[in-house]
Amino acid sequence: MALLSKKDANLILDPLADNNPITIQVLGICSALAITAELKASVVMALSVLFVMGVGNVVISLLRNVIPSKIRIIVQLVVVATLVIVVDQVLKAFAYELSKTLSVFVGLIITNCIIMGRFEAFALGNGLWRSFLDGIGNALGYGVILIIVGFFRELLGSGTLFGIPVLGDPVAKTGLYSIGYENNGFMIIPPAALIVVGIIIWVQRSRNRALIEEA
Amino acid sequence: MNTEKNSYTVIFATIMVIVVGSILAFLATGLKPRIDENERFEKQQNILYAMGVNQNEGDGGVEFIPTNQVEAEFSKYIKKQLVVQGDKATEKEEAYLIDMKKQLSQIKAGNNAELPLLIGEKDGNEFYIIPMHGKGLWDAIWGFISLDENMVVQGVYFDHKGETPGLGANIKQRFFMDDFVGESILDGNRYEGISVAKGNNDPLNQDKEDNEVDALAGATITGDGVSAMIKESLKLYKPYLETVRKK
Repeated sequence: MALLSKKDANLILDPLADNNPITIQVLGICSALAITAELKASVVMALSVLFVMGVGNVVISLLRNVIPSKIRIIVQLVVVATLVIVVDQVLKAFAYELSKTLSVFVGLIITNCIIMGRFEAFALGNGLWRSFLDGIGNALGYGVILIIVGFFRELLGSGTLFGIPVLGDPVAKTGLYSIGYENNGFMIIPPAALIVVGIIIWVQRSRNRALIEEA
Repeated sequence: MNTEKNSYTVIFATIMVIVVGSILAFLATGLKPRIDENERFEKQQNILYAMGVNQNEGDGGVEFIPTNQVEAEFSKYIKKQLVVQGDKATEKEEAYLIDMKKQLSQIKAGNNAELPLLIGEKDGNEFYIIPMHGKGLWDAIWGFISLDENMVVQGVYFDHKGETPGLGANIKQRFFMDDFVGESILDGNRYEGISVAKGNNDPLNQDKEDNEVDALAGATITGDGVSAMIKESLKLYKPYLETVRKK
């Protein structure tokens, strides 16, 4: 990483693994449960959050010396909400198809606690470039988990990836289904996401014991 | 500059509201014509889809007529745009743009409503295309159903505002919508509609006379919403449909 100093690179790399917003800080769980039944939805959500977090962190960082601390939470909310509406309107005008896929998630972005959390914990106290990297890093960390969960839920629940059948046809009993394999309907309902996230947390902590909290 | 003073806070909040308000208002006005046009094209695509004018291939996904051709195709296939009141129908330009949701709330309030109905023609056959509006689990669902003169479904299109991806959202997938084709909405002479049924032992939907299609696993309430929406719409259009039905 010659482009970034080691300290800056860590802003991006830390949230991907050892300080992951979902598996370590346990933020943003609500959307991780709600929308990961399909891989495509997970990818779209990850990209939208990436945009809003990157730009939002920069805006908050720019304003950090003029925002009155008494109303800073309201200001943060206004910034997220404005960005989300701008994204929504621009998509509706220029990428209508995509905007329809996104419609469910756009509202969810505003309520995503990771965004408010990073504004409050990082962008308010750090410079522009570092805030931008922090936003991108956390959004990527969030997105990676979303995509992993979406991958397993769609594969095991519907036997498809991005809507394309990969295990054969469950009705005509071809491919894997010919030897008695069945889709697990449980995987497409939200509790399954909790279990997949739980397994990720388990794997991550057994590989790196330093992450285990003292009881 | 003391950012802790009350007066500063008030001024900051005021400026923020004005700036954000202007940005959003400017954006919304500027983009409105484009957004409206997109919505109009989408409605045309959906209507044509319901009468089987689409670019579906084999077992692939839903493929609409491309946006740049849809206006021409729409005027080619849609022969008449009507507004139905009871058993009477009058022609009205651009009837397809009538908002079904508003009309339904008019009816609920006991007022007269303008119910749009389109007559399409494809390969010499007439299609009666009815817009529908109802509610799923989280939010609104809507769609179009096209019938021939024997009241047999020739095609449907469903869409939704916020059903769960992977579950209720699958009402707009081909494997769900294709099942409706060929089903009769009549049971004898009764306008029965089509129910989205669980465990009807007919997953391939070979029985076209049972007024049932196979439900989506895990999406019971969205499925019930679809059944109710079809039934409600048929109730409204029944007087008119009776006048065109071949007996």
